[in-house]
Amino acid sequence: MPGLEDLYREIILDHYRNPRNRGELPVPPAHRVEGFNPLCGDEIVVYLDIDDQGRIDDIRISGQGCSISQSSASMMSSAVKGKTVDEVRDLTKAFKAMMSIHESSLEGDGESEGEPAEVPDVKLGDLEALRGVVKFPVRIKCATLAWNTLAQGIDEAVDHPS
Amino acid sequence: MTTPIDPAVVKRDFPLLTKAEMHGRPIVYLDSASSSQKPQSVLDAMDELYEHTYANVHRGVYELGAETTERYESARRNAARFVKAPSEREIVFTKNVTEAINLVAYSWGRANLAEGDVVVLTEIEHHANIVPWLMLREERGIELRWIPMAEDYTLDVSSLDELLDGAKLLAVTAMSNVLGTLTPVRQLADAAHAAGALCLVDAAQYVPHLPTDVTELGADFLGFTGHKMLGPSGIGVLWARAELLEAMPAFLGGGEMIRDVRKDGWTPNEIPWKFEAGTPPIAEAIGLAAAIDYLEGLGMDAVRAHERELTGYAIDTLTERFGDQLTIHGPAALDARGGVLSLALRDVHPHDISQVLDQHGVCVRAGHHCAKVLMKVLGVGATARASLYVYNDETDVDTLADALADTADFFSL
Repeated sequence: MPGLEDLYREIILDHYRNPRNRGELPVPPAHRVEGFNPLCGDEIVVYLDIDDQGRIDDIRISGQGCSISQSSASMMSSAVKGKTVDEVRDLTKAFKAMMSIHESSLEGDGESEGEPAEVPDVKLGDLEALRGVVKFPVRIKCATLAWNTLAQGIDEAVDHPS
Repeated sequence: MTTPIDPAVVKRDFPLLTKAEMHGRPIVYLDSASSSQKPQSVLDAMDELYEHTYANVHRGVYELGAETTERYESARRNAARFVKAPSEREIVFTKNVTEAINLVAYSWGRANLAEGDVVVLTEIEHHANIVPWLMLREERGIELRWIPMAEDYTLDVSSLDELLDGAKLLAVTAMSNVLGTLTPVRQLADAAHAAGALCLVDAAQYVPHLPTDVTELGADFLGFTGHKMLGPSGIGVLWARAELLEAMPAFLGGGEMIRDVRKDGWTPNEIPWKFEAGTPPIAEAIGLAAAIDYLEGLGMDAVRAHERELTGYAIDTLTERFGDQLTIHGPAALDARGGVLSLALRDVHPHDISQVLDQHGVCVRAGHHCAKVLMKVLGVGATARASLYVYNDETDVDTLADALADTADFFSL
């Protein structure tokens, strides 16, 4: 449909229909963190297993939401599995930078006032498919929900290791 | 016998519906349960005020001030007439229905509810009729009880007397903003009174769509809002029986709510001004009066008849085209519901539905509709809600159905 190809890329629809790493992990040892999008009621739960070397050993996603929030969560889970916490933080920054121009002007989240200080030079790979979301500002919150939830989970896991 | 509504004629009175476009397509506005569009006469009434007679109310003794005051108070008479209030003194202008309910919670609630006192709500309330009571529960330790939703999306009143036993207040919607369910307000109010409780009616979705008589409904408090009934945003109404308003303490201080102030104290004004602190929404009240005039011109019986018929057409059309692919979360019987259609299209998320509909120029709301308690009862996170009003017609419903078919194709159902 005209106007929607930028939003609903084939890879996005594929992740929506066939979500990767769907499910739960036993808590503990895994960390469990919930995210909400109050605008639409989308809910996401991220389960994180981080090993002794600070590597994301396993990740599972549950909850419910629209195609953008769910495919973003699915792509995120594939992208971060096996990466170290530091690598994931850089990837999150790069992803949010791709999304954040509009997000910060819509609703300041405190960390992205003005231009982001430094965007890590990280390849986004498949995640690039979500770039088109920026053209649909009301959906940016959907695309970043999983990432904000992941960031919170990592902070909690690092501060309170199990 | 009322004159039936011709939506094509009505639509011409609404500039946005005839002039505006979305993605190069005419607007099909199906989000009136969220906020309605405004007829030219409402826009003109507000413009005319600002251009010719504007001044503050209840202050200047010059002609402009006197004239604006008269028009503001005349708007109160319109509102009283519209809901058949016994007296215009019982009409308090607020910002919206949320403020009307909060006014009752803050003023009546804090004066009359103590730890252990019971307020009865229903599972189908929206947040404005839940959160003020949850706040009172945190502050005072009151007890909340919930009338459950039945299988058929109506209220399950089988345990009503037990739920109301010892209650001080029943706070209930007259029509659900998600399901369209019309609740049996009179029956509920009678049961509340028999139990010694008062009855607050959230009529935000009712007053714009059905003839309203506060006495016939048996209400003690009734709130509604201007922007859902062709009026401007920023103006709402709390109606309450005069003796209740008389006894309730003022809650916002300053401006017209004052009779006298001394260094050692103050005396409140009479009702309704006791509850109208500061400069009120003057032009908005006058806009609301024009909206009431417009609706009375159509006739509320005709408004109800039109929406009932159009709702029937919509349910038939959508059921015929989509069968069990589509769920309508609401009562099937037209007498039990208003023109709110909360839709689920198989496993397509409501956000994605509304995104595709947007491309067709169709405006619906997607989300939890500020009714998260009800969403949990329904077992869903969100719905796509199409809501009908006086300016909608069968063509709008057909466009909605076409857009939904396109949505189903796009997401390969």
